[in-house]
Amino acid sequence: MNDAHASHGGAHDVAHAAAHDSHEPHITLDGYLIGFGLSVILTAVPFYLVMSGVLESKTATAFAITILAVVQIVVHMVYFLHLDAKSEAGWNLMALIFTAVILIIALTGSLWIMYHLKVNMMPMNMSHLP
Amino acid sequence: MTTLAETNDTLVATPLAGTRGGVAALQSAAQTPFYVLDEHPHPAGYSTQLGFWIYIMSDCLLFSVLFAAYGVLGGSYAAGPAPKDLFDLNIVALNTTMLLLSSITYGFAMLSMQSNSVGRTQIWLAVTAFFGLCFIGIELHEFYGMIREGATPQRSAFLSSFFTLVGTHGLHVTTGLVWMVTLMVQVGQRGLIEANRRRLLCLSMFWHFLDVVWIGVFTFVYLMGMLR
Repeated sequence: MNDAHASHGGAHDVAHAAAHDSHEPHITLDGYLIGFGLSVILTAVPFYLVMSGVLESKTATAFAITILAVVQIVVHMVYFLHLDAKSEAGWNLMALIFTAVILIIALTGSLWIMYHLKVNMMPMNMSHLP
Repeated sequence: MTTLAETNDTLVATPLAGTRGGVAALQSAAQTPFYVLDEHPHPAGYSTQLGFWIYIMSDCLLFSVLFAAYGVLGGSYAAGPAPKDLFDLNIVALNTTMLLLSSITYGFAMLSMQSNSVGRTQIWLAVTAFFGLCFIGIELHEFYGMIREGATPQRSAFLSSFFTLVGTHGLHVTTGLVWMVTLMVQVGQRGLIEANRRRLLCLSMFWHFLDVVWIGVFTFVYLMGMLR
């Protein structure tokens, strides 16, 4: 029993060492350069849209820069943070999805509730007060 | 080696009419669950990266709440200055460039680490720290200009939430800079040992994460502010 355990332990360590080697994400110059190129485009376009006012409607501009920001965040996650479904057996991605859900609830919930609170509030104008 | 396989047999067998045949059929259909119950040693720092990722996610929640506060209060100027009166998009564009450049140069530092070059790693870390320092300098200059014009955090709810959000990001970048200098010294003293590689990877995650937060800041605070 003891022997079996020891040999198993040895095998386990080897497996661990192998797993540890692949722990460091393999980084390539190409990956970084692609990510950087995409980021530059995805940063320059929203600044251009707002500074030049090409799109007549402000809503359209706001919508466009939101989409571009989301795309850029994904680009950074993939090319700079090296996030994929395989790293840490998927736990990285799980934690990210959980965080994203909480983030969306906190943001939309706050904006939604506070907007309605503001709209439904009794009009309070200081000039009406004695 | 203790496993749960035996216990599992009975657990699965009970609801299945209690026949061993049923269990065998089930087990051949699906693989037997295998649990390791006893403690076994892990190499140092085995779980650091996942742990650090979870820290970053908690930091992400912190920023999401600050963004939510800015989203709610961002339009309450209290008859004070509005984003259009305060923000200069040229400065913001310059700042964004600094942070983006620091991201790619940190990538070069990681590539140098991968090829085990101590000198090049340190040089790229220094370049990254330089861009980070430029970012902080430009941001402080912007804050100074705003405060001199009377747009202090006390002026309106918009300015309170603005300074809290952007200031928290700036503090994170400053912390990252302190960490970067520490690592440059450590890499110089001990070389690219296992522990230092791990620390460089953690700082890489931290630094790139700050860039991700900045995407949110320049889009929703500065660019949207100019659209209001």
